[in-house]
This record gives sequence, C-alpha cells and structure tokens, in this order.
Amino acid sequence: MPDPQSLPLQQAMHRLHITDHKDIKIVSFIENKILDEANITEIGAALVALVEARQRPKLVLDFKNVDHLSSAALGMLINVNQKIKLQSGELRLIEIKPQIMEVFVITRLNKLFKILPDREQALESFSPA
Amino acid sequence: MTPVKATINSDFSAGFEVQQRILDAALKHGYTEVCLFAIKIALEEALVNAIKHGNKLDPQKHVRIEASITPKQAEICIEDEGPGFDRNAVPDPLSDENLEKSSGRGILLIESYMSQVSWDHGGRRVRMVKKNDHPHSDR
Repeated sequence: MPDPQSLPLQQAMHRLHITDHKDIKIVSFIENKILDEANITEIGAALVALVEARQRPKLVLDFKNVDHLSSAALGMLINVNQKIKLQSGELRLIEIKPQIMEVFVITRLNKLFKILPDREQALESFSPA
Repeated sequence: MTPVKATINSDFSAGFEVQQRILDAALKHGYTEVCLFAIKIALEEALVNAIKHGNKLDPQKHVRIEASITPKQAEICIEDEGPGFDRNAVPDPLSDENLEKSSGRGILLIESYMSQVSWDHGGRRVRMVKKNDHPHSDR
C-alpha cells in the first residue's frame, strides 16, 4: 500500500486541505482557480495517491473556494472518479457555486458525479462501512 | 474601444498575461460578472487549444491574439500555427459514450459561453464574440 504521505500528496499540500471524518477523506481546494495545467496535474496526482492508499475509498471534494475551473480540471476529476470506482469507492462533490455548477450542467458531468450541497449531506450519503 | 494585440510563444504563462489584459479591458468597460466569467473560461480554453493542441507546445511556433473590447461586445481572435482541425469531426463530448472521456470539452465550453464562435483558416483561427449583458456608458 502506498504511503499516504507520498510525494504527490506532499507536493500538493499547499493546494489542498485534507481532513478525516471516520473512514472518509474530505479534501478542500485552497485556491480559487483550478485552471493551470501544471497545477491540475499536481492536484490529480495527489488525489489519486490519496485514493490508491485505501480500499473502498470515500472521498469528498469541497469546491467552496473555487471560482474558476477549466476543461482540463474536469478531465482530472473524471480520472479521479474512475480510480475510485475501480476500487469500489465513492466520490462526492460539494459546495459548488452556481457559476461552476453551470459548467457541470453544460458538459453533462452533473449526471456523472454525485453532487451534494454540503459536507453534512455528503457524509450522510456514503454507504455504511 | 480597447484593442489588445499580442503574439506569444507556445507558453501558458504568456497566454495568461494576454488573458488578463483582455479581462482588465472588459472590466473597465463595465462587463457583468457573468460575462467576465464566460470570457475567462472561453479564453482559457482557446489559448490551451492553440498552444497545446494547435502548436503542440512547439517553442518555435506562435499564437496570435487580437481583441477589441467595447462596452457592447468583446471580439477575440486567436490563431495558432498548427495543422488546423475540422470542427465537424470533433467527437461530441455530450454523447453517452464520451461522457467519461477525460478530454474534448474545451470547444463545447467556448461555444456554450460565447455569443458567436467561428473556426476559420482550416481551424487554426477561432473568432469569438461575447455580447455584454447590460452595457452602459464607457468608463
């Protein structure tokens, strides 16, 4: 099992705030933009390292601080979602602002991701351990 | 009217500077938050398309950007030196079989957020126009 404090995670620590709630990882994006290709690669590698370190990973991504994202960021989220599904895990997206939600609706990715209003509802939505 | 004209190398940080100049001009002309968001997302996607998919990150190749921003509309043209592409041959990212693909949404976002979009010069040049929602006098 990879070390949860692996290099990709350490490299992205200034971009992500990670907390634990029982067996659930809650990750908040610190920056207000998920645009730059290099940053997206770094964030994607960290999230993959986080979910690969666990069996049946449960991950909440908190978008409270995010004002802008690009199609490359959507691609990164899809890759993370696929990794989680491969390990029979679950992903929830929360606190998405209306203008960002519109991006998910335009791309139909609101059908692919489970999007919930807040942390409380996300934590309640996971399958029991 | 505020013109913005630049020729940059195939470099994302250079693209960011031009993007900021265009957004600053739109802000100066009183564009709404909704319009500024739309222009930012379309510019980001068009510049990434030109630098990454058009010029294939080739440092010898350039991207030309020309914009004119008035209180009523922002017109932006971005041209790369790549082989171009056929817009009609681009797979539909909204179809069920493509929904989980991790790329191919940039053009969809540009066309969704801008008021008018045309792909010229064999796909090497995109012309995008965004009408301001609530234009008021020039500031």
